Amino acid sequence: MTFEFIVGHINYWLFIVLMMTGLYIVVSKGNLVKKIVGLNIFQTSVFMFYISVGKITGGTAPIFPLDMNVDPDVVYSNPLPHVLILTAIVVGVATTALGLALIVRIREEYGTIEEDDILDIERKVASDENRLHGEAMGGRA
Amino acid sequence: MDVNTAIIVSMVIPSIATVTNLIFKNNPNLRDMLTLYAAGATFLTVLTILWEVGNSTTEVFALFEIIPGIDIAFNVEPLGLLFAIVASGLWIVTHIYGMGYMRGNNEKHHARFFSSFSFAIASVMGLAFSANMFTLFGFYELLTLSTYPLVAHKGTKEAIAGARTYLAILLGTSIALQLVAVIWTFTIAGTLNFELGGILEGKIAGPMVAVLLALYAFGIGKAALMPFHRWLPAAMVAPTPVSALLHAVAVVKAGVFTMLKVGIYIFGIDFLAETGASEWLMWLAAFSIICASVIAMTKDNLKARLAYSTISQLSYITLGMALATSMGVLGGGLHIAMHALGKITLFMCAGSIYVATHKTNISQMTGLGRVMPITFGAFLIGALSIIGLPPLGGSWSKWLLIMGSADTGQWIMILVLMASSLLNVAYLLPIVGKGFFVSDPENVGPVKEAPALCWAPPALTALGCVIIFFFAGDIVVFLTPLVTP
Amino acid sequence: MATETSHHVAMTLHDHLPMLQVLIPFIASPLIVLMGARGGLSWLIAFVASLASFIVSIVLLMEVIDGGFISYAIGGWAPPLGIEYRVDAANAFMLFLISGISTIVLPFAYESVKAEISAKHHTLFYSCYLLCFTGLLGVVITGDAFNVFVFLEISSLSTYALIATGAERDKRALTAAYDYLVMGTIGATFFVIGIGFLYMATGTLNMADLAERIADQENNRTIKAAFAFILVGMGLKVAIYPLHLWLPNSYTYAPSAITAFLAATATKAAIYVILRFTFSVFQPSFQFEVYALEFIILPLAVLAMFAASFIAVFQSDLKRMLAYSSIAQIGYMLLGIALLNSTGLTGSIVHLFNHGITKAVLFMGVGALVLRSGSSFYSRIRGMGRVMPITGAAMVVGGLSLIGVPGTAGFISKWELVQATLERGWWPLAFLIAASSLLAVIYVWRFVEVLYLHEPAYGADHREAPLTMLVPIWIMALACIYFGFATEITLGAARTAADGLLAGTTGMLESVTSTEAGH
Repeated sequence: MTFEFIVGHINYWLFIVLMMTGLYIVVSKGNLVKKIVGLNIFQTSVFMFYISVGKITGGTAPIFPLDMNVDPDVVYSNPLPHVLILTAIVVGVATTALGLALIVRIREEYGTIEEDDILDIERKVASDENRLHGEAMGGRA
Repeated sequence: MDVNTAIIVSMVIPSIATVTNLIFKNNPNLRDMLTLYAAGATFLTVLTILWEVGNSTTEVFALFEIIPGIDIAFNVEPLGLLFAIVASGLWIVTHIYGMGYMRGNNEKHHARFFSSFSFAIASVMGLAFSANMFTLFGFYELLTLSTYPLVAHKGTKEAIAGARTYLAILLGTSIALQLVAVIWTFTIAGTLNFELGGILEGKIAGPMVAVLLALYAFGIGKAALMPFHRWLPAAMVAPTPVSALLHAVAVVKAGVFTMLKVGIYIFGIDFLAETGASEWLMWLAAFSIICASVIAMTKDNLKARLAYSTISQLSYITLGMALATSMGVLGGGLHIAMHALGKITLFMCAGSIYVATHKTNISQMTGLGRVMPITFGAFLIGALSIIGLPPLGGSWSKWLLIMGSADTGQWIMILVLMASSLLNVAYLLPIVGKGFFVSDPENVGPVKEAPALCWAPPALTALGCVIIFFFAGDIVVFLTPLVTP
Repeated sequence: MATETSHHVAMTLHDHLPMLQVLIPFIASPLIVLMGARGGLSWLIAFVASLASFIVSIVLLMEVIDGGFISYAIGGWAPPLGIEYRVDAANAFMLFLISGISTIVLPFAYESVKAEISAKHHTLFYSCYLLCFTGLLGVVITGDAFNVFVFLEISSLSTYALIATGAERDKRALTAAYDYLVMGTIGATFFVIGIGFLYMATGTLNMADLAERIADQENNRTIKAAFAFILVGMGLKVAIYPLHLWLPNSYTYAPSAITAFLAATATKAAIYVILRFTFSVFQPSFQFEVYALEFIILPLAVLAMFAASFIAVFQSDLKRMLAYSSIAQIGYMLLGIALLNSTGLTGSIVHLFNHGITKAVLFMGVGALVLRSGSSFYSRIRGMGRVMPITGAAMVVGGLSLIGVPGTAGFISKWELVQATLERGWWPLAFLIAASSLLAVIYVWRFVEVLYLHEPAYGADHREAPLTMLVPIWIMALACIYFGFATEITLGAARTAADGLLAGTTGMLESVTSTEAGH
């Protein structure tokens, strides 16, 4: 693996770093909003990835001249991944919106958005249930 | 009536009884009479089949195809017909007895009880006339499920626990072992049809034959081969008519019937004899015979003792198949009928004693024979038939099994059969002895003979034990097509 | 551009059926909101849309059941550049399952939703329901890899919202929906990364086109990475055993009607995607895939069959028990895929269907019990089989089918799976399948005993469920029995589908060449 290879793929390295950062936040943070932020970073990394894929070295913006006389020597970037990722961005926005809406409702019901506190409350509810209805196995797992 | 129609009718009539029992649940007399008619009609239908077909094997007729190559299909062959006659004939007797028992004992939920009972009979008819292993397996499972409510009938903790064991072992062995065996058979043989001489010859060889046989032998949990026998004593929590018909005749015989079918029509007796694959099964059956008899001696509860006796007697039939000779198979087939008559008598007597005195333990039965002479008399005849004394039916099947053992030179098996007879004497006759010869007025108190509906049926079947002794030769002739390819 | 080839130019309504399949519920969904329809009317619109979609799916299934396929180019843009809807036996069967279940669950939902969700939310509820339905149909029908992702997210987002509506009964529905949202999004994003890799390596998104181009470059590491990402991403949606964590809570706290619908369709659609990718897009000759299936999916499937069944045995809540049982049953389907032979694949597809209808019966039955007793805990539904004999009997039928007793649909699929393992010569697996069925016996019998062998609990409403519930429940219960005997439809379609999938891209390649000829 040469230095050139590493530098030449810098956008992909960044994609991986962002992706891992996002995933790490989702897993490690206890605050539900922060989890959504992590999820956003994670998704954004994929947007970066798709955009990188579309880029062709020396390629220009894929806009054809008005008279449609395309010069065969001009290299264009691939527009398709960019279009695709527009859809993915919309999906990402919708996911974020829904996630935040859920957090608002969770806050109303539980009075907290910290995962540990929520788990405590749920554990208490579950143990009350168990006392009433008999032990169960599995719980949240 | 055309034979194929008759086969369907023999299943439909009990199914109708299942429904009528539920419809007329608040009209006990009408409900029980209808069921009685149904029992009679089923028996007549089976007799019609006997009349038409004799001991020949009819063409297979398929209802519909389930999986390509596998049909729901029926036909008549001697062993199945014998089983159907025994089960449907004894249904009449047991239903009469059941009416007396359920009423005399103030049991609840009569409609549900007789409804499940009829449905179990319908499953037995389907099982008896199955033309392939797939159909047989289906009815086998149906029989387990339809008898479950009967075992759990009382709804007490004990009954629920017993029913749980019952279901766990029967459903468990059939799904975990028998189903795998059936699919395996289908995969290698490409068919599941019952064919005289078997369908496996040339398809499987070496130790795998024994492994496949083991899957069948243990998978047929209803044959109560040790160590999968626990369900039978557990099922004794059921009301006595259930123990009498189902757990002495229909269900357990369905097990050994399946065992014989597998031996004769899937493996083929000659194939088993050639490969020697069934030798281990013979030893296991011998072990079951002796071991269950010894356990029976230790039981004080009468029904439990009879249950272990059944386990031991069922292994006679498995032994007959495992010997892989024609005498063995005939003996096993004959024993289906002989043991059915003997054991149903014993169980109905146990029920009568319970109805009259509410006693279940043998140690409490001293002196009862003097006030309940008919019940105890019938019990004596049934016991002697199980032991195998002439002139009672049981002697013939035991004789044939001994002949079969001699044929193959299995001298130890002869000893096992002899020893088992002695053990039978040891655990059955003391009950009668205590009843008749020990005077115990304190224990007896104001006990009278059970109601006529309770003592008449066992008396009838006891008489049957005697009569069948003289017709055993005919039954053997009837069964010979099984061993003459 | 493309001149005349039969599949671009759609002249009659009949030619537009693949589009209508998805479009009908998709248009009906906003219609409900725009009309400001109240409870009853919004239900009616949803039902009519679902029914129409069901009829379309039957017509489509009839057309392709003999092994053909229909290719539909959206907007007339020819594949592989345009988005293609491609209907063959495998996905026509899935469309039939999904729209059929939806059409039967909706009448059930009417009473159940009235009881579990406050009236002001009904409009949005049914609108969301139709969106979810659209998404699932779209995932199945499309022949374009990226389009799968889009429809997947349409169905997922609406599913999260639908699960959260269970919060009116139990607030844990919210956290369940949130957990599902996080995991589902990670799964979908993984999937989209996989698609990205595929596009990098091949430059196309059309599945048929992908299949052809992948075949040439088996050792390309990008392709391997793509496969891994797609498998894990979809694995999350399918709830392959260690990726199942979202499922139990979602199923337990979602409204009963939603649980019945999702359990019968959502994971099934995801399994279909795995099938499509492992057999059509990638080929079973792709060694990396074979290793992944044999050494990862197969053990996980067996693990699911046992671990999840075992956990199910110890539940005290019927709904949660059934959720764990679903995870175990998914194990069977994955097992069939991992066996990589025709019988196994047939078993897997037929189990998709049979388990779908089985779980529909059971979850609808639970819904009926909840309506009358207020909760699905064993201690609350005790003895309810006696006061609700018709519901109870249907649940017993469903339970037997779950175990795989002969005469029920579940038996047929189990038979095929066991036969497939024996054909491969992996007989220990045959015993494992049988042994895990025993665990099913235990957990099924636990609820049967609870329903019948106890006195009815105090405080429950001792009436039979309303007719609008009983009819759908019994349609499904009878289907469980019917498909246990009449297997031409299920086994026949599954076998055609399996053979089509295993034959690989033969069908697909033909169409590609024909479209290219048109260029």
